Amino acid sequence: MTALTGGFADPAIQSAQGFRVLMQAMARPGTIHDLALAVPPAPLGRAAGTVALLLADPTTPLHLAQGHDAIRDWLAFHAGCPLVGPDRAALALGRWDDLLPLDRFAIGLPDYPDRSATLIVALDRLEAQGARLTGPGIRDQVSLSLPDIAPFRANRALFPMGLDFILTCGDRIACLPRSTVVEDA
Amino acid sequence: MYVAVKGGERAIANAHAWLAEERRGDPAEPLLSVAQIREQMALAVNRVMAEGSLYDPDLAALAIRQARGDLIEAVFLIRAYRTTLPRLGSSVPVDTGAMAVDRRVSATFKDLPGGQVLGPTFDYTHRLLDFAEAAAMDPAPLGTPGPARVPHVTAILDRDGLIEPVAPDDTPAPDLTREPLELPASRALRLQALARGDEGFLLSLAYSTQRGYGRTHAFVGELRIGRVPVEMEIPELGFAIQIGEIELSECETVNQFKGSRTEPAQFTRGYGLVLGQSERKAIAVSLVDRALRWQELGEDDSGAPAQDAEFVLSHCDNIQATGFLEHIKLPHYVDFQAELELVRRLRQEANEAAS
Amino acid sequence: MDPRRKMPAKAPPPNERRDWLSLMARSAPDRLARVLPDLPDHDLLRAPETGNVMVQGRVSATGAPFNIAEMTVTRCSVVLSCGTVGHGHVQGRSRSHARRAAVIDALMQTGAAATLTPQLRAMEAEAQAATTERAAKAAATRVEFFTLQRGEDT
Repeated sequence: MTALTGGFADPAIQSAQGFRVLMQAMARPGTIHDLALAVPPAPLGRAAGTVALLLADPTTPLHLAQGHDAIRDWLAFHAGCPLVGPDRAALALGRWDDLLPLDRFAIGLPDYPDRSATLIVALDRLEAQGARLTGPGIRDQVSLSLPDIAPFRANRALFPMGLDFILTCGDRIACLPRSTVVEDA
Repeated sequence: MYVAVKGGERAIANAHAWLAEERRGDPAEPLLSVAQIREQMALAVNRVMAEGSLYDPDLAALAIRQARGDLIEAVFLIRAYRTTLPRLGSSVPVDTGAMAVDRRVSATFKDLPGGQVLGPTFDYTHRLLDFAEAAAMDPAPLGTPGPARVPHVTAILDRDGLIEPVAPDDTPAPDLTREPLELPASRALRLQALARGDEGFLLSLAYSTQRGYGRTHAFVGELRIGRVPVEMEIPELGFAIQIGEIELSECETVNQFKGSRTEPAQFTRGYGLVLGQSERKAIAVSLVDRALRWQELGEDDSGAPAQDAEFVLSHCDNIQATGFLEHIKLPHYVDFQAELELVRRLRQEANEAAS
Repeated sequence: MDPRRKMPAKAPPPNERRDWLSLMARSAPDRLARVLPDLPDHDLLRAPETGNVMVQGRVSATGAPFNIAEMTVTRCSVVLSCGTVGHGHVQGRSRSHARRAAVIDALMQTGAAATLTPQLRAMEAEAQAATTERAAKAAATRVEFFTLQRGEDT
């Protein structure tokens, strides 16, 4: 039964509200925002579940790292997205360790850099300290606790191709688009 | 360069008010209901559904009334409306072999299994205006219901190996409404583009192939019109259910083919499947589909318009066409000012050179 | 509503459920309203939502799938106070129609099926009669060929 509850009560309004937060977070990389409109089954966090419902629909194949029946049923009912392997995924959802290695995901083509995957990452910790982020959308610099540095630097080197990351922890999100430069603090 | 200007608000409001008045016509005449249009202008409704690419007879009827009967404007309204709908999913491919046929004719086989069923056709009418107002029709005499499944005529040729086989294929269908058109386009993508294409454009193109511009020697192997159930897999149920029923027109042509560098002499196929009772368009689509297949069948490119996929697919959508065509009536004051200055300067230079 | 409430122990055979869901999907809103004019208490799991479904066909009827056009569909999911879940998918844009279909789907999995089943059967018989009538009209336009003359030399 939990698979059928916890979606958006008012999809049109909540999708618009949630998408606004997500856009703001993507436009201001590294800034932390509250986003908890959905109530997904455990162990999926509310922010990760909300982002999944905002972005996934029957035309966005999603890779669910670390398969979990409850989450699978919940996504099937509320998002209707097909579940696929990493190579075909437009979206990926899971804990950082389960999403590795990142080279399994589509990074787009030179003519179509948009044909790349967006990773919704569940983290145990998300705070405004740690790695130094600079680049488009960041006035000077921001700090963000990242699970690693090297993979994000390698991703930046692929620009304009590459992956985009939506980092989540509980009710909070921060975004790390491919355009952001990541350095040790 | 763009220059932002203000003004015209009152003029626009007045124009809209007058439009509403003109749309209504003489108020002494009763207002047309949406149901009246849906029931009595069904073929106009079908055309708006087919080119609007959305099956919903009530919406199409409403659009026709709002557009004052301008079908392309009505198609525009439907296309705009459909963008507001979330995509709930894709159906299981419909089985036209299970169609409850209203009409089914073949120009190639007289005694086809299941018989020739004329249905509610204009064929064999005298095309004389009936000033007496169409009299109430006599109820049709009862016959026996048709068979549950109506086999396709081309299966007869297929059995003897005289027509190109259709290999089972489950390649996921590309979707023009999600990904921009890319060339070369697969046959599946071409058929989607043609299904929503402008009937008049496709009719003329198909006619051009008959007159020799990319001749394909087509016979209508079978034309059928009827209703099919639409099924979709429902994730939360774990099985497929019918989500509705739609009317379709299907045409398969049988084309004489003398063989090519790669293919033996046999019959080949053209195919058209469109929403609603719309046989002229279904036939046109199947002729154009066949003409576009010249490359895969190893035929020669005769340079005919109907053989040119880029030409056909880029110009068959009447909403794209009307959008670009009609935009030139909108303000281009700055562009034109630049042109005017250029012409004046050229003339001045010419005058100076002459004097 | 307690989300942990159990599903009813006895699930209906899937083919029967498919049949009543399919029947309701194709029904007219006012006709289904006659089957169940007043809805019993229920909660919405997914509020009625109108969307489109891309209808696919196959090249030459049996080949590769392709997209023909979209159709409008409205869906809704509900849970009754006893915990039984119902899903409704109907053709067109009527939200009340989808909601009623979802409630009936849930009720059909409970004891209420005994009273609803004959009504749905009656609705199905009407739909069948309409199909038969149309097929009869089509059959009346079937061509009978008469051989006037054979061109054989004697």
